[in-house]
Parts: sequence; C-alpha cells; structure tokens
Amino acid sequence: MARRQPGQPRRVGDSPAFKWSLIVFVVVTSLIVIVSPLVVIATEALGRGLPAYFAAIAEPDMVSAVTLTVVVALIAVPINTLFGIAAAWAVTKFDFPGRRLLIIVIDIPFSVSPIVAGVSYLFVYGLQGLFGPTLQSADIKILFALPGIVMASMFVTAPFVARELIPLMQAQGRDLEEAATSLGASGFRTFMSVTLPNVRWAMLYGIILCNARVMGEFGAVSVVSGNIRGETNTLPLHVELLYHDYQTAASFAAASILAFLAVLTLIAKVWLERQGAGRAGRPSLSGPPVPAPVMEKA
Amino acid sequence: MKIKLEDVSKTFQTFRAVRGVSLEIESGEMVALLGPSGSGKTTILRMIAGLEYPDGGHILFGDTDATRIPVRERGVGFVFQNYALFPHMTVAENIGFGMKVSKTKRSKAEIASRVNELLGLMRLDGLGNRFPSQISGGQRQRVALARALAVDPTVLLLDEPFGALDANVRRDLRRWLREIHEELGITSLFVTHDQEEALDLADRVVILNEGNIVQQGTPEEVSRAPNSRFVTTFLGDTNRIPASVHDGSAVVGEIRLPAPNATNGAAEILARPRDLDWQSQGPGIAARVLRVIDRPDGRRLVVSTDAEAHLELDVAPEVVASVGATGFVTIRRGQVFNI
Repeated sequence: MARRQPGQPRRVGDSPAFKWSLIVFVVVTSLIVIVSPLVVIATEALGRGLPAYFAAIAEPDMVSAVTLTVVVALIAVPINTLFGIAAAWAVTKFDFPGRRLLIIVIDIPFSVSPIVAGVSYLFVYGLQGLFGPTLQSADIKILFALPGIVMASMFVTAPFVARELIPLMQAQGRDLEEAATSLGASGFRTFMSVTLPNVRWAMLYGIILCNARVMGEFGAVSVVSGNIRGETNTLPLHVELLYHDYQTAASFAAASILAFLAVLTLIAKVWLERQGAGRAGRPSLSGPPVPAPVMEKA
Repeated sequence: MKIKLEDVSKTFQTFRAVRGVSLEIESGEMVALLGPSGSGKTTILRMIAGLEYPDGGHILFGDTDATRIPVRERGVGFVFQNYALFPHMTVAENIGFGMKVSKTKRSKAEIASRVNELLGLMRLDGLGNRFPSQISGGQRQRVALARALAVDPTVLLLDEPFGALDANVRRDLRRWLREIHEELGITSLFVTHDQEEALDLADRVVILNEGNIVQQGTPEEVSRAPNSRFVTTFLGDTNRIPASVHDGSAVVGEIRLPAPNATNGAAEILARPRDLDWQSQGPGIAARVLRVIDRPDGRRLVVSTDAEAHLELDVAPEVVASVGATGFVTIRRGQVFNI
C-alpha cells in the first residue's frame, strides 16, 4: 500500500476542514433547535422547586389529562396495529385491482395537515354535519367526547404500522408462506409461526412510532375534543391551556410528562433498532442476510 | 406415486402460460422439465404442487384426481428456487416444521430423532443449531431438501434447484441429488433452464416451449434424435448451414449428408461445433478463421464462410489454425430440417 503524503486526504472528500466544519454546524444546530427547548422544559418545570412540580402534576385536571391521553393510546394503538397488519398483508400478499391506489390512500394522513382531519370530522359528525342529526337522535356523542378524540388520533396515525410492514413484507414475497403451507401448516399457523415472527421488530417499531404520535397529537384532537377541562383535554391540549392561563410552571410540568414519554419511546426505539440490525438471539429479515464465512462440508 | 397430467392449461390474465399439457411421470422416476424462461415449466410444477390451480384439465396422483386438492393436503415436497427457509428458525427447526404442524401428532423426541436422521442423510451434521443466514448456499439447498423430505412426501418437486449456486457446488450437488434419489426412490420432478443439468440428472427430459411439450424422452433420445430445430438449438451450441435436399440427402457444395426424413427442397443442416472439422485442403466449405479460442479440452475456431456466415468448430488442440488462415469446413454429422 502506498504511503499517504502529508496533507493528502484519506479518501476523496475527506478534507479535515470540511469534516470539522460540517460536524460543528450539525452539533450547534442540534443544540439550538432540539436540546435547548428540552433544557428549558426541565428548568421551567422545576423552577419553583420539586414540591411545586409534584403539586402541579397531582392536580386533578392534570391527572385527568394524563389518564385521557393514556386511554386514547390504549384504544387507538391496538386498532391501528391490527389495521396496519391487515393493510400490509392485503397489499403485499394479494393482487387486486386498486392495490396501488390503496397504498396511496393509506399514506394520506402523512401528507394531510391533522387540523384538516379534525375539521372534516366536524363536518361529518358535528351537529350540522352529515350524520349529526342521526347521531343526536340516537343519543350517541362522538364529537367533544372520547370517540371523537380516538377517531381523530387514529386518522393521524393510521399509516404508521402499515408503512413499516409494507416494504418488509413486499421484500419477503410469498415464498415463506407457500413453503409453510406446502409443509402442511394451516393459514393461522402460517401467520403465527412464519409471517409474524419475521415482521415483529418492524411491527413493534411501527407501534412505538404510532404510540408516540397518538400521545403527542395536537391539531386534529384540538378541533374535535372541545377542550373541556378535566373531561376532554388530552395532555398536549392541557399544556397549551395552562400556558394561556399564565400557569407557566404547571404548563411546563405537563410538557415534562410528554417529554418523558417521548424519551421512553426513544429508548424503546433504539433498543428495537438494535434487535433488528444486530442479531442478539434470533435474526430478523429487516436487514440483508449476513453471509457467515462457513466452509462447505461437501 | 405415479403422476398424470391430462390436457392441463393455465392462463395468467392474458398470458397463456400452459396450453394443454399431457404428461405421465412413472412412480420412482426422475423427470426434468426443461425450457427457456416463459415456457411454462415452473407453472406446471406449481400446479402439480397445488400452489396454482389449472384453468382446465386434470392432475392425477395415482388414481386420485388431485386437481382441486389444496397444497396443504396434497402431500408434496416442494423445494423453492431461493429455498424459502424460515430465517427466524434454526436449521433443525426448519427441518422439523412440517412434522410439528402436521395433523399426525408426533412427540418431540420422535421429531428430534427424525431431524437428526435427515441432518445425517444430507451431510449437515453439527449444523442443526445454525440459522439459515449462517450457512453456505449449498448447505441451504440441502436444508430445503431435508425440510421437504421430512414429511414423507409422495412426490418431490424442485424449482430450479441449483439456480442460485456457483458452478462447482452445482455439479457436486447434482450428483449427490441423484444418489439421494436412487437411495429413496421417490418420484421427483425438477424444473431447469440448463440443458446440461437436465441431461445429467434426469431419467427422462420433457422439453417445453411456449406452454407446450415439444419433445420428451430419455437424455439419449432427445440428444441423438431431436425432433425439431427448436429442440436442437435449445440443447446446445448449433451451427445452421443452408442446404438443399435431393432424394434423401442434403447437399452443400461438395458435401452430402443423409437426410432420410427431409423432403426435396430448401433445408438447413444443424450441426454441433464438435461435428464440424477443419481441413487445409478441400473438398468442403471454404472459410477464413476469424478467432481462435483456446480451452483446456481443445480449441474453438470461429470462421467466416464465403457466404459471410459464421460457423463455430470445436477441434483438437493439435489442429494448426491462426487468425486469417483459410481452409475448408467439413461436416461429420448433422440434423437436416426443411425450412
């Protein structure tokens, strides 16, 4: 190997000046844009001391907001997971007219502003809306109540699980299922012992992203919830409400709970990525198969 | 188990993949379905397996009409082109899968001992706890075979079994598969586009083109007496030499070849590179050497005739020829087909 001349970069585009200015730029921008708000949340929330912080958290409206957020997540996430598996299964394992269109439709919530979803729900289920009178006469409350909040959250997060599963299941094709069936496995058995294990990390990843978004969703929920304090206020809505009430410390305390949930999500996400990429116990299909250097014994 | 196809056809949207194929595979026989891509060979294999249903015709397993029996109950062993091993299961779990999900209940010990037996038969001892991503291509192929054999299938179906392997591993596995077949005596059907593989491995070769069977027979029959220009050209390198037929012989210049089955008129002689000879003196087809390709077992001459046609000849390494040299091509043997 030829000896490197002094001052000559290791590889093309590897000049030290460029490398370090790029790194400094990214680090400084991250500090300003991402890290500093988090620090502000922590300092402001704890600004009046720990007792005040815990008092703010234990406040009944706050407890109700946290509970509502968790309940919404507990309903919306499992439903969207089932939907995601069904959708990914349908578009990857079957051919039918409109398959591509369905993939695009599933993606719509990614590109539509959540507030548009909220407003359109008003038009459909509101008192003056399409089903409004029918629902009222049947005494079913959807808007400004739990069902509306759940539905708005579900709209926003519908693509998360499906989006994680579709590329993976597409890459896997139908061979594994066909192999299992030809060996005598039933459809359910095939799904449980062949399909699901091969997509489970991707699916969990989708669930975590979905959960994070459900808990943090503001736009769509703010339109349909009606912001009734202690009843239909989710955590993000409660943060805004407290802030407008000039209860800065309480507002930041609520925000800190959201931030804490986000950090938990992040940790789970990193852990899952390790499961997927590195192969601790069982390999997944999310990466290309690792060809191990094994000698042929023939 | 004897397998019989009666006038089976299959259309995908507008593509007629298989057009009325009838075929019989005797019990214990090893048959190759050989054809270019799009000839319908894989579709036929998948229909026998039950992975596709035919649009018309019947598939019989012994005396039973299996046409509508789903793959799960058909009892076939299918080896997929890319093996389709379950990546999250070990080699042993892959092989045991069929026994585990089977309606016939087996104890864990029973499954384990059968898996061990198969690992031994497939020369995979000690690899039972590896994952498919940790073994070589040839080993994966044998795991796929073991998995298919574990459920005691009535027939073994293999889709391009050696397609994904490199040349040396391919040849070894081919001979080995033949040994396994002779040992177990299981009716086997495999799909390939490689004529060498088909001739090397099969008792009988079925040659397909555009969804039809064009010829079937032992490797000797199809090699020595190909029934059409398609079969001749598909089975190996072929020179096409224009000729005319008069009273049972084909004539090119001063060369005459017997052509008992051809009618008088324009014809074509199809000859393998090895069936042509190179002489410095006539009589023969005058030609000039364009290229000399040296190989371990001889040399190939690419020559151009006066009619600007290119011919390829395989000659002995001792034959003296250099680029630009002129000489004469003679035809030792060839198939004559009317145009």
